[in-house]
Amino acid sequence: MKGEIYRVAGPVVTIMGIKPKMYDVVHVGHEGLMGEVIRIEGDKATVQVYEDTSGIKPGEPVVNTGMSLSVELGPGLLESIYDGIQRPLKVLQEKMGDFINRGVTANGLDREKLWEFKPTVSSGDSVTGGQTIGVVQETMNVEHKIMVPPTVSGTVEEIKSGKFKVDETICVLADGTEISMMQKWPVRMPRPVEKKFIPKRPLITGQRILDGLFPVAKGGTAAIPGPFGSGKTVTQQQLAKWSDTDIVVYIGCGERGNEMADVLNEFPELQDPKTGRPLMERTVLIANTSNMPVAAREASVYTGITIAEYYRDMGYDVSLMADSSSRWAEAMREISSRLEEMPGEEGYPAYLSARLSEFYERAGAVKSLAAEEGSITVIGAVSPPGGDFSEPVTQNTLRIVKVFWALDAKLAQRRHFPSIDWLTSYSLYTQGLSDWFSENVAPDWVPLRDNAMDLLQQESELQEIVQLVGSDALPEDQQLVLEICRMLREYFLQQNAFHPVDTYCPFDKQYKLLKAISKYSDMAQAALESGIPMKDILSVESKDELAKVKYEEEFDSALNVVMEKMDKEFAALGGN
Amino acid sequence: MTKEYKTITEIAGPLIFLEKTEPVGYGELVHINLPDGTTKRGQVLDTSADVVAVQVFEGTGGLNEESGVVFSGETIKLPVSKDMLGRILSGAGEPLDGGPRIVPEDRVDVNGASMNPYSRMPPEDFIQTGISTIDGTNTLVRGQKLPIFSGSGLPHNEIALQIARQAKVPGSDEPFAVVFAAMGITNEEAQYFMEDFEKTGALERAVVFLNLADDPAVERIITPRMALTAAEYLAYEHDMHVLVILTDITNYCEALRQMGAAREEVPGRRGYPGYMYTDLASLYERAGVIKGLKGSVTQFSILTMPGDDITHPIPDLSGYITEGQIVVSRELHMKGIYPPINVLPSLSRLMNSGIGEGKTRDDHKAVSDQMYAGYAEGRDLRGLVAIVGKEALSERDQKILEFADLFEDRFVRQGRDEDRSIEDTLQVGWDILSELPVALLTRIDNKYIEKYHPAHKSN
Ligand SMILES: Nc1ncnc2c1ncn2[C@@H]1O[C@H](COP(=O)(O)OP(=O)(O)OP(=O)(O)O)[C@@H](O)[C@H]1O
Ligand SMILES: [Mg+2]
Repeated sequence: MKGEIYRVAGPVVTIMGIKPKMYDVVHVGHEGLMGEVIRIEGDKATVQVYEDTSGIKPGEPVVNTGMSLSVELGPGLLESIYDGIQRPLKVLQEKMGDFINRGVTANGLDREKLWEFKPTVSSGDSVTGGQTIGVVQETMNVEHKIMVPPTVSGTVEEIKSGKFKVDETICVLADGTEISMMQKWPVRMPRPVEKKFIPKRPLITGQRILDGLFPVAKGGTAAIPGPFGSGKTVTQQQLAKWSDTDIVVYIGCGERGNEMADVLNEFPELQDPKTGRPLMERTVLIANTSNMPVAAREASVYTGITIAEYYRDMGYDVSLMADSSSRWAEAMREISSRLEEMPGEEGYPAYLSARLSEFYERAGAVKSLAAEEGSITVIGAVSPPGGDFSEPVTQNTLRIVKVFWALDAKLAQRRHFPSIDWLTSYSLYTQGLSDWFSENVAPDWVPLRDNAMDLLQQESELQEIVQLVGSDALPEDQQLVLEICRMLREYFLQQNAFHPVDTYCPFDKQYKLLKAISKYSDMAQAALESGIPMKDILSVESKDELAKVKYEEEFDSALNVVMEKMDKEFAALGGN
Repeated sequence: MTKEYKTITEIAGPLIFLEKTEPVGYGELVHINLPDGTTKRGQVLDTSADVVAVQVFEGTGGLNEESGVVFSGETIKLPVSKDMLGRILSGAGEPLDGGPRIVPEDRVDVNGASMNPYSRMPPEDFIQTGISTIDGTNTLVRGQKLPIFSGSGLPHNEIALQIARQAKVPGSDEPFAVVFAAMGITNEEAQYFMEDFEKTGALERAVVFLNLADDPAVERIITPRMALTAAEYLAYEHDMHVLVILTDITNYCEALRQMGAAREEVPGRRGYPGYMYTDLASLYERAGVIKGLKGSVTQFSILTMPGDDITHPIPDLSGYITEGQIVVSRELHMKGIYPPINVLPSLSRLMNSGIGEGKTRDDHKAVSDQMYAGYAEGRDLRGLVAIVGKEALSERDQKILEFADLFEDRFVRQGRDEDRSIEDTLQVGWDILSELPVALLTRIDNKYIEKYHPAHKSN
């Protein structure tokens, strides 16, 4: 059925003459710009258009596809970079050059590429939704499981083996259903799972303040709010680089083009710490930068999370970074205001909170339909106006997520990175993960960490006094606390993402660093008690040398040298 | 499409509404013929089978229902040519210098298309501005967008001009151009720029767009788009490295706000439109380097922060889009320091890719980090000294306090024509750092201390 355009106002187009369903994808205008129905009113429907609408006129034709916005799922997702509606940017470049023009369609998955399909079921087997029927080696380390679409089941009549294109039939069921390596899934609908678990394993990120103080679980949710320039993107990229996860989906949602170019440039060169293979081989990038159409920005997070769910269903641990969820919320606001909807807080639509929680709900540690255990960890950056966390997007996000990494402009300004405020951040997984840490890191990890947190709390109270009277007026044991805290901050919490060694810190190294600081603390305390002057305790050289061991390639031996020296220096001070 | 409509039904602020037109395209350029024979231009904001809304660039003064409206059938285009270099154009792209019209090599939609992120080349070529607080601690690279956040009455114009004069990529003599767009600045300020351009001969390789304070505010919305279109053309069609200076972004945003109010939109923070982030991004993101092309567009725009407030929506949204910011400080200015750049809130996010061995020098990052740490701590201590007195400070803290003074006096302060090479800048850095005990240089690897610290170098 054909309709026509009634009105064009920026990304919002009103159409008439057809009767679409909500969320149907339609093509508007002579150029067939892609859009999605977001409101139906009488004989008219409102469409958010994913491309620039300049020059489009009332009266131009509209065609309904009758399908909702979907992504193509199958081999070839990894190593891709897509726009918000899963058009591969590489294909767009081939078709229209360095600038994105409109009206170009491109398949999410390459239709020409041949993939080696190895079946894992035989004819006569009965299969159900989500079950694996064969595998494809998608990249060197990722085995892509070809699954029966969630809504399909039956008996295998025919199953093939060999090289196929994604849309070729590789399996036929007794009822005639043909299955190919590619399936489509509507992005706004979560893919079904058997059940969800409480996440019990940490996502190891190699970032000391995250792993050490505010860990996130695999299958958990975290938010990183912070003013501009405080480190949201660097932190997200660090997580994308170093997390011990199988698959990474990185969504650049309304942010900078150069940042995406950076990832594209860097990820093929960097090694996955787990497999040694290029990071790009486990990564899917979605780039809908700030100057690309807002409606596609709105769609980008759904495109990303659907791809994440697909790999989760194969039994993989997936992490998804959304930078920035605020830009997504703003896209919603912009569309909503064009629809002249009743605005809620700060002009955001009343459904902001519902949309945010629906999105984060798609995270989780699950048992898939095929009884595989997989997870999606969702980490969302939030960009509050003026850095003020009381605004609606931050507040609504904090109501949902379990981990809060609060970035602080003051820390960033003094180049304390990552500038995560240790006093206001929290993780609700800390307790639940304690057993894992005790077993897998060290039995005394938890007390060490708790002690460090306690000291840092004390420091902030002491600092208030120092501001009034100067540090010399404090009793010596409190001066020592201040010094230990300085060490904790500078030696442990500060971590330079751009230092070749320091950028990634294995857990073992985190433990040893914290242990070393704690050892100095213990020895210093004992020395103080036995009457050694504070000045001498503070001028122990090995203490300052400890500052730099984290940068050493040969960390263990460097640390040993320093710690042996520390023993000797304290022995020389006498006292104990 | 030369049909003239006399069907204006409503005029509201800068907007007119018409009925009974043929289908009109969204974003189309519109010519309006006034009864007195003058013409104005506008753009379609909303178009339907029943009503068309047009925003009039030169304002709706003098317009009435007798006025004729002609739809051009195309979006706003800028005639571009290499001959634009050396020309002064109005904010709407018309010659102001008495010269001939530009004979176009092409006509390009001023909105530009978004650069495919896949085509972008991460910027990494160090631009030496000769200013230590930029080169040393907030390095600018080709293809970056790095605005100056300033306040009224501060010397941002001097700084911008000094950069326009001194900026170079050491060891390269590739063709270079400046595109300058004034948006709502005063005639006097514009003169200041023009004189400097003329005096230094920069005008020959510049394209100037002038929308001054008394020009229509609505026109300001297209001025930067014209400028960026010209810049992209020179960069990507003529292989030039283009430095774009847009001033003042604040005036641009005021015009946006005015338009939003006229359209009776639901306002966002402090009355600015909710889509201001996206709108500003459509300007700032037009900077970069494209793989396989020789030219580049670098943006160094000026923004005056209302009330010196960096959390005001204009600097705030800008900061969220640009790749850092150079913050001009009233405090340093009052102290008589030029250029009064406060490095602490300043940031260049692309610094890391533009510095280091083979680009500037291997110790660059470490020196910069160490100076930051020292200066930040020193400034905090100033606060403390004001309360408890200098004597209450430990010896270590006193050293750091002195370092902060040295930093302002020797590293930040420099002459208006002083063009420091990066080596000079790093040398000043080491000179002042060497006033601190070596044990306090915790951010610098020992190998650099051995290589560059004056105490080591001398023996
Ligand atoms: N862990 C880190 N190590 C070293 N430098 C860092 C680190 N985190 C942040 N930075 C510095 O801070 C700068 C800004 O960080 P980033 O781009 O991540 O900010 P952001 O919060 O994403 O800002 P915006 O909201 O504007 O995108 C970086 O360019 C880098 O110089
Ligand atoms: Mg960012």
